[in-house]
Amino acid sequence: MNRIEKVSRRGFLGTAIGAGALVLGVQMNEADAATPAWMPSVYLGIEPNGTAVIVAHRSEMGTGIRSVLPMVVADELEADWKKVRVEQAVGDTKYGSQNTDGSCSIRDFYDAMREAGATARLMLEQAAAKKWNVPVAECKGQNHFVVHAKSGKKAAYGELVKVASTLPVPKKAELRLKPESEFRYIGKELPTIDQADHTRGAGKFGIDAKMPGMLYASIERPPVLGAKLRSFDDAAVKGVKGVVRTATIDGFKPPHMFQALGGVAVLADSTWAAAQGRKKLKVEWDLGPNGSFDSASEKAEILNKIKQPGKVVRNVGDVDKAFAGAAKVHEASYYVPLLSHAPMEPPAAVAEWRDGKVVTYAATQNPQAVQEAVAGAMGIKKEDVTCHVTLLGGGFGRKSKPDYVCEAAMLSKQVGKPVKVVWSREDDIKFDFYHANAGMYMKAALDAQGKPTAWLHRSVFPSIGSTFDAAAEYGQEFEMGMGWVDLPYAIPNHRAENGAHKNHVRIGWMRAVAHIYHAFAIHSFVDELAAAANRDRVEYILDLLGPDRNVPIEPVGMKYWNNDQDQSKFPVDTARLKRVVQIAAEKSGWANKKPSKGRALGIAAHRSFLTYVAAVVEVEVDDRGRVTIPRVDIAVDAGQIISPERARSQIEGAAVFGTSLAMMGEITAADGRIVQSNFNNYPVARINEAPRVTHVHLVPSKAPAGQTLPLPLKQQASGFGSCRSGRPSWYSPEAPGKSGAFFWSGDRR
Amino acid sequence: MIQLKVNGTAKKFDGDPEMPLLWYLRDVLDYTGTKFGCGAGLCGACTVHVNGEATRSCVTSMKDAAGKDILTIEGLGAKSEHPLQAAWKQCNVSQCGYCQSGQIMQAAALLKTKPKPTDADIDSAMQGNICRCGTYQRIRQAIQIAAGVKA
Repeated sequence: MNRIEKVSRRGFLGTAIGAGALVLGVQMNEADAATPAWMPSVYLGIEPNGTAVIVAHRSEMGTGIRSVLPMVVADELEADWKKVRVEQAVGDTKYGSQNTDGSCSIRDFYDAMREAGATARLMLEQAAAKKWNVPVAECKGQNHFVVHAKSGKKAAYGELVKVASTLPVPKKAELRLKPESEFRYIGKELPTIDQADHTRGAGKFGIDAKMPGMLYASIERPPVLGAKLRSFDDAAVKGVKGVVRTATIDGFKPPHMFQALGGVAVLADSTWAAAQGRKKLKVEWDLGPNGSFDSASEKAEILNKIKQPGKVVRNVGDVDKAFAGAAKVHEASYYVPLLSHAPMEPPAAVAEWRDGKVVTYAATQNPQAVQEAVAGAMGIKKEDVTCHVTLLGGGFGRKSKPDYVCEAAMLSKQVGKPVKVVWSREDDIKFDFYHANAGMYMKAALDAQGKPTAWLHRSVFPSIGSTFDAAAEYGQEFEMGMGWVDLPYAIPNHRAENGAHKNHVRIGWMRAVAHIYHAFAIHSFVDELAAAANRDRVEYILDLLGPDRNVPIEPVGMKYWNNDQDQSKFPVDTARLKRVVQIAAEKSGWANKKPSKGRALGIAAHRSFLTYVAAVVEVEVDDRGRVTIPRVDIAVDAGQIISPERARSQIEGAAVFGTSLAMMGEITAADGRIVQSNFNNYPVARINEAPRVTHVHLVPSKAPAGQTLPLPLKQQASGFGSCRSGRPSWYSPEAPGKSGAFFWSGDRR
Repeated sequence: MIQLKVNGTAKKFDGDPEMPLLWYLRDVLDYTGTKFGCGAGLCGACTVHVNGEATRSCVTSMKDAAGKDILTIEGLGAKSEHPLQAAWKQCNVSQCGYCQSGQIMQAAALLKTKPKPTDADIDSAMQGNICRCGTYQRIRQAIQIAAGVKA
């Protein structure tokens, strides 16, 4: 394995551009073998020259996490940030979970990072105390030195490494964590480590990884989920200059999980030659049962299903009785289509099979899942899969699913050389793990003031569970728990129902996951109710949220997911939700911005991934119905925030992602095949379509870090994606016609 | 044999003249700062300068690049010293960073023709460059800073 690592390193260093994170990762392993850096923690080493080497075990896809977690270590270490080198970890269970997904990097690792830094600092202080023969309590780590105030003595960390490395590692109870007042980096404005590289094209992504002698693969995959290869003719392929050979990849065995989809690969000496060869392939498929999948008829089927009672997943009070006695009832249906992640870097990996082991460089959110999936595909142990993690050109959940890494490994075994797999944009859009399409039916019984006395919310969608259980028909606990069964409103009668539905394509998680459709329906409906009651939206939302309280969530037949956190530590707190509503309203100037011709304001508030968000969106529509978004205000209470700079950037980006969700592309299938193929027919927001300015208002909070700010702002879908139709949050009757431009695809209007 | 200049250095290429410049830069020369995003001129991730003009290298064949001067992000300012690169750092523009080479090359071409771009100029020049992370407002701000126009 060591040999292969060195070969791989040469492959990287041999390029015209300087070393990236990956190379550094390999260098550290090699340095370990030669001159052992002192490693008091799996996350931290200090070299004899004093350089602190901090291991980033989570994947970097733009959130800043590979800078921000090391900043936490450096802070407790009392390290000088200029003397810190960040190394990207390979996949290894010794780091704990590396699945950079679910907005939990800070929540799950903040304490561990602080302990790693504090452990090393204490040991350096102990080494200094020993050296100077003074009590350790009088020695203090300070900006890469240990100082003894009484005598004025001072020793650089590097000088103390040798002695510190001989000391026993202190117990957790002995650690002295820094008080907040002494934080150097936590909660401060510090740029991430990759900014400069990104301005000169020097960041190394999965698509940039190379291994000596590798071939480039372009793969023709089954056009329909579960289709089988009947036959193929590659006679014309072999005439393409640069093509080396073709190879087949077996289809998956259900459930598909993260297995390769299968197909026929063309292997060549360049990306271009492989793609040209692929065009000459003639392939026949047996399409199987999904060959008749059609989005228009599926939509009709889903919208019909939501008219029928489903499985009850939350039940408070007596909804039926309240509806029977209601003076007024309001109903609405909403539909959200399949959506594709479309990260700017498509799935990409290079892998080498050699002597029964695999080494891969991959743009992956989860290197341990790579180890497991590749091991499964190759019939080897996961310990025999070494996964180096590159930078990711966007992830959004797509790169948690390592089917593309399996493809590279399987092809490498067949051809006896390293193989690089880069999906084309067409591959990416046609073979994604799509965000689920969903139908939602909402019904409210209203009192004389237009406030709901009963609330029914039915959802029907293909579950992410279908990726792991081919027979899955109902939503999983985590899908139910994303802004649906945890509705926080003060409504005495409330029922949520889930109808059964089978998947026809691969369904996966994308950014805000199930919040996208639940929040869309809920906040659209709230907006309609406020309009029907002729009430100010802000006042109406505050009224719905009711008194300040922690809302106990007790779903039917399952536990409340709550991001796997106890409700006692992370309650559904209406006071925090109301506060972000008030801040967003105040900062946006809500009270003074009345809708006028061609201009409207919308607001929505949502709790998502343990974080409270309210968004006010200002929309202009011109005479020709063209929509622009001059301004967005988003108030966020995410608990403790480690990097306010990255938190703001994530939320700014979330507003753009939300704009794409609300106003742009959809994925559809006809005859089982995905219709869309590239950014021409799956458009995403561009600079002239995105919000012109997003003002982010971070709410100071003593609550524990909820969302991994700076991790993806999942709730962009809630606060913002709720504007999916545009109509609910943005639409105002005063805006000139064309609200259809906003209106997504509900079954009304 | 196709001859061209890349970042000031003369190069010769005797492969498929239909191969897009993008793959020549990435696969042959290892100038991987220029990114693949769509292969169809729709996203701008592959933007380089051809004889000074912002050009989508994914839809520019080698035969069309023959005799031309190519500038990639690596040639714009290898030490990140171009005013746009400095402004990009000042604004912490990048998130994942993948599209930013193309964004900067596009912006550099804009500033050559319009040293003091208006908001509309920026919209018009930059709308071919997609950033899925959504860094647009910082891109706009960084261009304005580099151009010395009011942000």
